[in-house]
Amino acid sequence: MQEDDFILHRLADAVNRQERLVWRGRHLNTVFLLECGDTAYLIAVQAGRIESVRRGPFVMPRWQFALRAAAADWAQFWSPRPAPGFHDLMALVKFRRLRAEGDLHPLMSHLLYFKDVLACPRAKGASL
Amino acid sequence: MNASPARFEPIVGRYLHLPLGGRPQRIYVEEAGSGTPLLCLHTAGADSRQYRAVMNDPAILESFRVIAFDLPWHGKSSPPEGWQEETYRLTSQDYAEAIIAVADALALDRPLVMGCSIGGRIVLHLALEHADRFGGAIGLQSGAHVDPYYDLEWLNRPDVHGGEVCAGIVSGLVGPGSPEKHRWETLWHYMQSGPGVFKGDLHFYTADGDIRDRVAGIDTQRCPLWLLTGEYDYSCTPEDTEFLAGRIAGSQWQIMEGMGHFPMSEDPDRFLGYLRPVLAQAARRRQGA
Repeated sequence: MQEDDFILHRLADAVNRQERLVWRGRHLNTVFLLECGDTAYLIAVQAGRIESVRRGPFVMPRWQFALRAAAADWAQFWSPRPAPGFHDLMALVKFRRLRAEGDLHPLMSHLLYFKDVLACPRAKGASL
Repeated sequence: MNASPARFEPIVGRYLHLPLGGRPQRIYVEEAGSGTPLLCLHTAGADSRQYRAVMNDPAILESFRVIAFDLPWHGKSSPPEGWQEETYRLTSQDYAEAIIAVADALALDRPLVMGCSIGGRIVLHLALEHADRFGGAIGLQSGAHVDPYYDLEWLNRPDVHGGEVCAGIVSGLVGPGSPEKHRWETLWHYMQSGPGVFKGDLHFYTADGDIRDRVAGIDTQRCPLWLLTGEYDYSCTPEDTEFLAGRIAGSQWQIMEGMGHFPMSEDPDRFLGYLRPVLAQAARRRQGA
């Protein structure tokens, strides 16, 4: 259900209300693609704030890097207490469940930031 | 009169000068307690502070002389003179030489050796090739080999903050339930590593130190071996440790619930519950009981 879509409707607020998290991303400006199975999102970050989230399908999307995983894998990753191997972005990468593509500089230079941003849907009450 | 809130820990540190690889080195060594010598080896890109809880545990210090040192380039040890002109890369040979040289300098008689991650790998090499020098080996997060699962170049490039990226890479290796205080202290150690040091250690971890074909040769009658691995570790996985246990006759192993890749540092209280009985067994085996 698009109405319940945490990434689309609630991610920006979940990030932007965390002053310290935004501060950690203060030098970060990027647009990245988050692919969750057949659903794609373009997420724009400006000085650590999530400026916009758009949901696909897209005709000619432009992004600096993409994070792609199956919907079932993201669902496990976003469960409140993920099982070993689903509990961290790098764990997903290690087990070949997550593919990171494109210009990875923003991701790797702000890895702790992106880990916290993408952990937001684990919060209590977050439904996907 | 109120007692002073200030207190000293029992850990005492010294600097040891010795040659390694034919070059003078200044090595930081710290120790606490007395009794059976226990030599502790830190993980890649970190230092001896990871063992702070083991070296403050009264029950352990009562019967063990716990020693930890920083490898050259790490923690309070210096890089060798001329370091600015070279790229640091740890090899199996350098690593074993450093451990044995420190043990000799301290005149340790068949110490128990306990290492984590790269330390958990080198204790396998020590048990295989230098069994008579050690009274037993404890491998934390021990695996015979790890394939790199990300581009290691990210760990050392001037346009990415080394401390931030090293901590970012390893943050998920801390078990999700580990206490925040210890999680962030563990990451702080990674944030303080010198440029290229974590990457240089991973040369041993991902390439040079591959021991898959030889682990079956470890004789646990000569050098008993215990393996403790955290269930959330995706670098050295429980399956990697199980692989070892299946090939090394007489090795003993246990998966530590809820823990990740840095047990002694990320959740010391929980880890000590696993470690104390292993140490008691290891001390008995060392004495021939």
